[in-house]
Amino acid sequence: MIEIDGLTKRYGDKTAVDALSFVVEPGVVTGFLGPNGAGKSTTMRMIAGLDGPSSGTVRVNGKFYPRTAAPMSELGILLDARSVHPGMSARNNLLALARTAGIGRRRVDEVIELAGLGEVAGSRAGGFSLGMGQRLGVAAALLGRPQTVVLDEPVNGLDPDGVRWIRLLLKSLAAEGRTVFVSSHLMSEMAQTATRLVVLGRGKLISQGSVEDFVDHATTGGVLVRTPDTVRLGQLLAAPGITVMNDGTDLLRVSGTTAEQIGAAAWRAHLPIYELTPTRASLEEAFMQVTKDSIEYHAGATQ
Amino acid sequence: MSAVMQTRPASTHGAPAPATVAGPVTQVRVVRAEWTKLRALRSTWWCALTAVVLIVGLGAAIGGSGAPYKISAGNSAAGGVTISLVGILFAQLVLGMLGVLAFSGEYATGMIRATLAVVPSRLPVLWAKLIVLVAFMLPLSLLAAVAEFFVATALESSRGGSAITLTDPGVLQEVIGASLYLTVIAVTGLALGALLRRTAAGLAVFAAVFLVVPLVAAYLPASIKGFAPYLPSNAGGTIWGAGKLFGGQQLSPWTGFAVLCGYAVMLTGLAAWQLRRRDA
Repeated sequence: MIEIDGLTKRYGDKTAVDALSFVVEPGVVTGFLGPNGAGKSTTMRMIAGLDGPSSGTVRVNGKFYPRTAAPMSELGILLDARSVHPGMSARNNLLALARTAGIGRRRVDEVIELAGLGEVAGSRAGGFSLGMGQRLGVAAALLGRPQTVVLDEPVNGLDPDGVRWIRLLLKSLAAEGRTVFVSSHLMSEMAQTATRLVVLGRGKLISQGSVEDFVDHATTGGVLVRTPDTVRLGQLLAAPGITVMNDGTDLLRVSGTTAEQIGAAAWRAHLPIYELTPTRASLEEAFMQVTKDSIEYHAGATQ
Repeated sequence: MSAVMQTRPASTHGAPAPATVAGPVTQVRVVRAEWTKLRALRSTWWCALTAVVLIVGLGAAIGGSGAPYKISAGNSAAGGVTISLVGILFAQLVLGMLGVLAFSGEYATGMIRATLAVVPSRLPVLWAKLIVLVAFMLPLSLLAAVAEFFVATALESSRGGSAITLTDPGVLQEVIGASLYLTVIAVTGLALGALLRRTAAGLAVFAAVFLVVPLVAAYLPASIKGFAPYLPSNAGGTIWGAGKLFGGQQLSPWTGFAVLCGYAVMLTGLAAWQLRRRDA
């Protein structure tokens, strides 16, 4: 369990994390979302005691992490940036960490196999691809069989096989009753893996709760309508608060109204409808909507 | 490298195993961890080899060339040993680098985050690096100094120079002193690496303090170079007789060495204080 209470981190006059409070429960995978610069990595570094908070507290499994007797059994962490020595082999990188907790070579070899690094364990980590570096980082996080696992962008750079591995791994860790807290930019991946979410924007908590609630609260779902005369239906539906998008085919995405109202309007105008499908927002759409006011760096306009 | 990735999604445990594998962090365990790192890095062995070659090689060159060294009223046995140990002046830069790298290397690669995440109380990491470095440096530098002594004196006496033995006055102190000096030098490098966090900055400051400043000080007018004997290399160098190489005022050997140790302790203290309070 991770309990964060009033956590604040300031760098000079910039506030990276602002009075953040949330709890990450054991037994489920909790996703940590937010645009770039929202403060996710800073928060994760504070959980591991690498950065000291300006104010507020972090408790890991009910304890103040820097004072725990056996840190590696409490918390395993993969940080965003690489944190292995490129001049050392994968095995020696892991062994150096394992030694601090009296963990033996057998467990080191076990996590090497688990991470699929068996054939490259003796090679210098500096020659690893991004994906293999990630696997090594995940192996390091799992070394001590920690009660709580925190992973910053674990699927970054992984091939589809690796992405699947992480997904199943996270679920099995949660099923063992461990606390799993994971950040990712890949919304589709998060939607498949996480059951709870903590969403951050500009250092502040935007939302926390189940993935379902988060998606249901989004209003971007809309209705898919297939009709031979998309132009005419668009005109019929035009009203303030209703948007009609057409991708050039006979399919329209209408939001701001219901399937019933679209169907009734089409019937009144004797316009045939071939398909009428209410859709839920995807996690990605919900995320974009919720965080649109807190994105630090906007890309050029796309509309 | 074409490794085939084998993925095992099923369990994080593999074979049945005890529920916990990670025990408490102890100083002894952190020392073992740091030894694993120091031993695994190629830079460690390159620096060590270079230092030994410099010390023994220059000693052999001096012992085997020039006018044979004769002990006389102005030329003591210990003085002859000092001259042949001159390779220390170059080896100290390499061993200082070894010390700097032992800490700055972790910041440069990001490994420090993994290290401090598993030892969140932090200070045991500094003490462990210190212990491991001293344990590595003492035998290495003693081996280099003793080897240099026997090679150089054998070459000297084969060419008709005076036979110098370890039992001659001051000789043993200089040979052991050379080892102590180089060990404390490496510790100073370690503390600089921890304080400055960057390899380049650590090396630059180290070279300035141990090479540039003493050289500049040697050419200052006598009226303003009263501080020169207290410079780390000048003070510490007295223990292997380095003062004799440059002349000028100098501290007595053990006082000078104590001054060098004082600098090392001060820098290590600052490094400890900073390691505790600064973000990693």
